[in-house]
Amino acid sequence: MERIKTLTNNTLKNTMTKGGCGECQTSCQSACKTSCTVGNQSCENK
Amino acid sequence: MVHQYKNNGYNMVLDVCSGSVHVVDDLVYDIIEVYENHTKAEIVEIIKNKTENLSDAEIEEAYDSVTELKKNGMLFTEDVYRDAIIDFKKRKTVVKALCLHIAHDCNLACKYCFAEEGEYKGRRALMSYEVGKQALDFLIENSGNRVNLEVDFFGGEPLMNFDVVKRLVEYGRSREKEANKKFRFTLTTNGILLNDEIMEFANKEMANVVLSIDGRKEINDMMRPARNGQGSYDIIMPKFKKFAEMRGDKSYYVRGTFTHYNLDFSEDVKELADNGFDQISIEPVVADPSCDYAIKDEDIDIICEEYDKLAKYLIKRHKEGKPVNFFHFMIDLTGGPCVYKRLSGCGSGTEYLAVTPWGDLYPCHQFVGNEEFKVGDVFNGIERPDITDDFKLCNVYAKEKCRDCFARFYCSGGCAANSYQFHGNIFDVYETGCKLERKRIECALMIKAALSE
Repeated sequence: MERIKTLTNNTLKNTMTKGGCGECQTSCQSACKTSCTVGNQSCENK
Repeated sequence: MVHQYKNNGYNMVLDVCSGSVHVVDDLVYDIIEVYENHTKAEIVEIIKNKTENLSDAEIEEAYDSVTELKKNGMLFTEDVYRDAIIDFKKRKTVVKALCLHIAHDCNLACKYCFAEEGEYKGRRALMSYEVGKQALDFLIENSGNRVNLEVDFFGGEPLMNFDVVKRLVEYGRSREKEANKKFRFTLTTNGILLNDEIMEFANKEMANVVLSIDGRKEINDMMRPARNGQGSYDIIMPKFKKFAEMRGDKSYYVRGTFTHYNLDFSEDVKELADNGFDQISIEPVVADPSCDYAIKDEDIDIICEEYDKLAKYLIKRHKEGKPVNFFHFMIDLTGGPCVYKRLSGCGSGTEYLAVTPWGDLYPCHQFVGNEEFKVGDVFNGIERPDITDDFKLCNVYAKEKCRDCFARFYCSGGCAANSYQFHGNIFDVYETGCKLERKRIECALMIKAALSE
């Protein structure tokens, strides 16, 4: 087995430069209404 | 900050501030555990004492790979966001999402309903077309240059006032072009009144529908009876099956709640999956500890084990070519939200507001009925900016308990309403919810590892 398998690298910091458009879905409008689930929303500005 | 854990045979390493996720072997896992507080030579000794049959060269090579990750900003990164990008007080916000309480009335009497059978501690009422229209105008006027506007038809049971839903969709669509906006309408329903006409309409106009059902018949019927005490399962299940089939590629969720009485809720997910649903959300009830069905402290370990069980089941289904999407295990590792979104939280009280049948505005649906939180109405706009400013400041950095939590960029500080319910203010956290959210994130990342093989 390889020692390290990276599933994703350093994406959060990269979003500092182009993020913040605010067009993505509000989390409580998806399916929850009782729990905060921001991390599973998708970016609309790829 | 690094969070590492073992789950289902995978050694997972999450570098919290960069969002990097690594799956590593035992040696690298052990090195990462001690990396920050020891020199290379010390680590070689520590590992040799712990594990037999490893040569110095092997350990040193693994150590160097860890150093390489750190050098490339994928491990042990610092939190650079706090001061660098957002001044929360000065942040200008616009309203982009409304939860329209089309009906404060319901044809079910679900025992755990936070809205108290749809009435939200108030009187029964239906939203008039005029109030709804004014709400859409308010949204357009207060949404700045945002194009995508979200409107959820919520209740109570919104289909008890379907005619108004239809007319409001029509009105919203009629304003899209001149206002340069795009409405995303969604509907949350218990299914009792669903019929072909409504399903066809929803398939044309609703970007998403949330269909409330708890899973197994006996579980659903225990908590989701009609007002005469009869269970709802047999009425709603056939309609939901038909609706989900008719949705085609359009999104929907069957969405249930689990309580102290069905801590084996993975069985409910299975039941829904076996009925052909592939978009499923089953969530823990949030209830006053005095309620018999509330999640108790001693339930938490059991629920965490259940999430593990569920994760394995979902991996198995995926590998068999029958994937099911479980809402709380969704994580988009490459196309997820930007750091601004993650830091600013769910948007309640700022970009997301709830509208009562008579047009009052509240920070979100969960605050409706608590007069202290009334922020204005759709006719006069926001009249209590002091309240909306509080919500603006409600984020992971404002909450002491979030600062060192590995999940802070996934839950974004949690639910303000839950905080208020358990602590009487919106700047705290609901610990039970936090524990379960952390577990769900661990499972979600492990699933990614399993499916990447």
